[in-house]
Amino acid sequence: MVLPRWLLADRAGLVLLAVLAVISIGIPVLNLLVPPDHPLHLTAYTVTVLGKYLCYALLAVAIDLVWGYMGILSLGHAAFFALGGYCFGMYLMRQIGTRGVYGDPVLPDFMVFLNWQELPWYWHGFDLFWFAALMVLVVPGLLAFVFGWFAFRSRVSGVYLSIITQALTYALMLAFFRNEMGFGGNNGLTDFKDVLGFSLQANETRIVLFVLSALALAGGYLLCRWLVSTRLGRVLVAIRDSEDRARFLGYRVERVKALVFTLSAMLAGVAGALYVPQVGIINPGEFAPLNSIEAVIWVAVGGRGTLVGAVVGAVLVNYAKTWLTGALPEIWLFALGGLFVAVTLLLPRGLIGLLRRREATT
Amino acid sequence: MVSRTSFRAGLAGLALMLLAPLVVHAADDSALRSLLMQFREAADFTEKTALVEKLAAQDHPRTAILLKALADSRLYYQADGDRVVIGLNDAPEMTIEDAVSGEALGQTGKRELDRVTANNRLRAMIENLLASLGLASADPKQRRAAVESFLRNPDPAGVERLKARQGVEPDKKIQELLTAALALVDLASEDATVRAPAATALGGWTQPEIRGPLLRAAADDSDPAVREAAKIALTKTEFRLQMLGWAETLFFGLSLGSVLILAAIGLAVTFGVMGVINMAHGELMMLGAYTTWLVQQWLPVNWSLPVAVPLAFLVTALVGIAIERGIIRFLYGRPLETLLATFGVSLILQQAVRSIFSPLNRSVATPDWMSGTILLGPLEVTLNRLVIVGFCIAVFALLWLVLQRTRLGLEVRAVAQNRAMARAMGVRSARVDALTFGLGSGIAGVAGVALSQLTNVGPNLGQNYIVDSFMVVVFGGVGNLWGTLVAGLSLGVANKLLEPWSGAVLAKILVLVFLILFIQKRPRGLFPQRGRAAEV
Amino acid sequence: MSELVSDLDGSGLRLRQESVDARHGILLYLEEVTVTFDGFKAIDNLSLYIGDGELRCIIGPNGAGKTTMMDIITGKTKPDSGRVFFGQTIDLLKLDEPAIARMGIGRKFQRPTVIEPLTVLENLELAMSGAKRFRGLITTRLSGEERDRIDAVLEKVGLTEHSGRLAGILAHGQKQWLEIGMLLMQEPRLLLVDEPVAGMTPAEMDRTAELLRSLAGSHSVVVVEHDMGFVRSIADQVTVLHQGRVLAEGRLEELQIDPMVIEVYLGAGDAYH
Repeated sequence: MVLPRWLLADRAGLVLLAVLAVISIGIPVLNLLVPPDHPLHLTAYTVTVLGKYLCYALLAVAIDLVWGYMGILSLGHAAFFALGGYCFGMYLMRQIGTRGVYGDPVLPDFMVFLNWQELPWYWHGFDLFWFAALMVLVVPGLLAFVFGWFAFRSRVSGVYLSIITQALTYALMLAFFRNEMGFGGNNGLTDFKDVLGFSLQANETRIVLFVLSALALAGGYLLCRWLVSTRLGRVLVAIRDSEDRARFLGYRVERVKALVFTLSAMLAGVAGALYVPQVGIINPGEFAPLNSIEAVIWVAVGGRGTLVGAVVGAVLVNYAKTWLTGALPEIWLFALGGLFVAVTLLLPRGLIGLLRRREATT
Repeated sequence: MVSRTSFRAGLAGLALMLLAPLVVHAADDSALRSLLMQFREAADFTEKTALVEKLAAQDHPRTAILLKALADSRLYYQADGDRVVIGLNDAPEMTIEDAVSGEALGQTGKRELDRVTANNRLRAMIENLLASLGLASADPKQRRAAVESFLRNPDPAGVERLKARQGVEPDKKIQELLTAALALVDLASEDATVRAPAATALGGWTQPEIRGPLLRAAADDSDPAVREAAKIALTKTEFRLQMLGWAETLFFGLSLGSVLILAAIGLAVTFGVMGVINMAHGELMMLGAYTTWLVQQWLPVNWSLPVAVPLAFLVTALVGIAIERGIIRFLYGRPLETLLATFGVSLILQQAVRSIFSPLNRSVATPDWMSGTILLGPLEVTLNRLVIVGFCIAVFALLWLVLQRTRLGLEVRAVAQNRAMARAMGVRSARVDALTFGLGSGIAGVAGVALSQLTNVGPNLGQNYIVDSFMVVVFGGVGNLWGTLVAGLSLGVANKLLEPWSGAVLAKILVLVFLILFIQKRPRGLFPQRGRAAEV
Repeated sequence: MSELVSDLDGSGLRLRQESVDARHGILLYLEEVTVTFDGFKAIDNLSLYIGDGELRCIIGPNGAGKTTMMDIITGKTKPDSGRVFFGQTIDLLKLDEPAIARMGIGRKFQRPTVIEPLTVLENLELAMSGAKRFRGLITTRLSGEERDRIDAVLEKVGLTEHSGRLAGILAHGQKQWLEIGMLLMQEPRLLLVDEPVAGMTPAEMDRTAELLRSLAGSHSVVVVEHDMGFVRSIADQVTVLHQGRVLAEGRLEELQIDPMVIEVYLGAGDAYH
């Protein structure tokens, strides 16, 4: 197989892709073929948890693209993740059909409960898989584009931008908490039954979703890696390090930013869409500012501006979270808070940076 | 209002207890006592009626209280002894006070008490007596209350009393109210020529007791002239109601704005003056609120706030200085990293509070002097909100003075303008940084004390305010205290203006969306700071 | 959307630099330009003409408005009044920074601004004109012709053997040259160079002087500089700015004996070497 030069030069990336390939084959085997009483058997629950990590990793890659390469610290990427999730959740809601508690063929349970007579206009089309899948890209992308277009054109940057991205996700969270919005309010969308006719409870479906997550992460990674190795990637770095220089070289900085920001939001949307069928619920809590900022710390832990670091950080931090919230729930927030402080103070280049430095010195 | 009067009554009781040995009252007291004892021997309600009249004739400060207690069936004899007492609640172990002196007597089982009974006729009579007693009272508040009670429950017997009083009432406001009350009686007259001017006279009175009959008159009075007069009068009332509504919205907005300013002003110092994004600011407010709670565990509620304010300032300022010395100073010039690190601190503080105090909300009590309502002109406002508006002004003024009039303020401004130059002039910028951060954090703590009076005190208190307070600072223009003031007030008022139209949550969303759009238009806020310090 | 994407780099502006009309021998016109910052007149009714192919030095004490003038030409600051034309026909006040850059005006900042995490070669590639269309941006390779252009510029600014090094580890003088090289990659008609020799050794200064002199003729070059020795070594025409207006214009030797200039600027002493 002939790999392009930009990929061959990316050793860490090749390792990542190899790992993804191994787990997309190995984990289905360990779950489906190894008998349940065997010590190597993986339960469906574990597969789902791992699939969740992969979705988080894709979100982290999306954040790294804008933060690590373009210098935009978005504290609102959870919003794009959640919007992608809601889009796909709406599809899953429509698939429930008459199997809901109230048995209404069209209206989801929460609408029947609220005494709504008909489906709101923005719910139409979500019974079609292709339409929902398209919206997973379009809705976060459009929001990011409109937001970015205005923000970057008026040269809002640095911490100001971070703060208004946070305000954006906060406003969306408040909005989605409202029952009148038609997205299930507080409870969000849940009780999903099946996707494209396959039961979400079935082992096989879960395995497929896991493999799809791995593929999406690999695809997202490749897309970002390719992008940053093009000339556009150099423009991004120029914008990050000296916006004025890029502008006086003749680049329309605000358009580049808006475009890459949009792309990043779409990746986050895909991550959210894959996340929802695996965890089985999406609610306004996903918009919480804390979620966005937590995702940023994954990137920081792994090492920003490396893409691979984003994946490593997302998986490691979330593994630690799963483990700690189970074993010592009191400790988790201390650990996370400490991580924020420690990484910014002691490990500004993250784990990948640490490895690279060690490599360089030996 | 209720608890305020009871607080007053308590004070009065205290004064009476101190005065008890004095002869003048002792004589009156004994007369009153013997009169009360006669109720025990009274054979029937006719006799009691006579006794009640005698009682009402007594010129004693407790007369009204006693009559009221009798009407409410709260007057008791102690089964063994000759004391008459008033029951203050209805528990099996009843809290009682001496009927005549008002002296608190602790708790007594219900069985040891005999109730002085009253029937409905007696009650109605007492009501009337109380009304005329009220009208004749030396205290204008009592007189006003008497007229108001007439408005709620107009009885023919009262009309004569009101008319009599109208001739002698010295207070202009009460005079007007009396006229209105009498006009209300006239509105029920058989004679249409009496009703029409009455309707006109009732225009502009917003009390439901007056507006209701006027509405009915406008709708279905038999006489067209009266209907017309009532309609015209009602437009006056409606206009007044509308103005009151606006004034109320404005006050609510002002009060919300004050809260926003309090929450944001510390940020304006750390973010504006130093360019440091402190995401733990909300948690510092939370610490201030918990400090208040702790103080209340040791001190009586009424004294807790004056102690909590300086203490909260001290606690949070020290925590702030620790954050600055331990973390932030290594990150100057890297605002995004500062943001992340301080966010980490906020998580640690939240969890610390959760672990130490429990994840549940703590209830912080409101002191008596801050609870209840007060009339501000025609507007009835809750006292705690009013106090917080005042508190906000005080904090703002104090901060402004510190920054403008003290050596520290001078150094802070110098470092903000030009760090290198300030250092060259001998300003120890590291010390100034720490103190500035301490100042901003201390104000957050003080804001937390105020917040503890308005919202639940729990580990999430800070999170609820952090987005809002950043928006206020950015909206006002970073590094500009006046901008923060204007921004906080206008956002508060805008929020409250939108609320009736859109609902609270949507109003908040709309304000956020407006701010997001506004920052796009004016990235440096309402009052942009000039010069290099603005380059965050 | 496609319009937007293709114009990612500002190339949607169809006017090309070939269309700059310098028939009368004047490339840049500044006429009666005034800029006020909070009541302070940074530029006060300034008129200035730069000839085609000319090398002009602009001197003046701090606060004379030199950098503000560059901000106006490059579109960073919009003046309150006045006209700024590039050639006969192009009104620079109607364009924003990227459009002006694409029009053929390159600007070197006072502090050397190169993209430190990129190599010298990548920095030049970044600046290359013609590469800024979206299609040109999403490639990872250099064509032979592009490679030749970069090599020529590397040669010109003397960084050929450093082409693979990260810009961040270059010496101060080399960074300045790299930045000038980046301007050259833009193929500009006009170069605005702000304090090119600040912090340079005498040897580096000489090389810079030589470089700038070699650019004149094929480009117009405007140099803002404090160092009189350097100014004397490169420029025939010198403009003295003072309080936002032109105080004097002419050959340096003439200006040095102009009593007005001596009083406001040269007389100040420290700037004169």
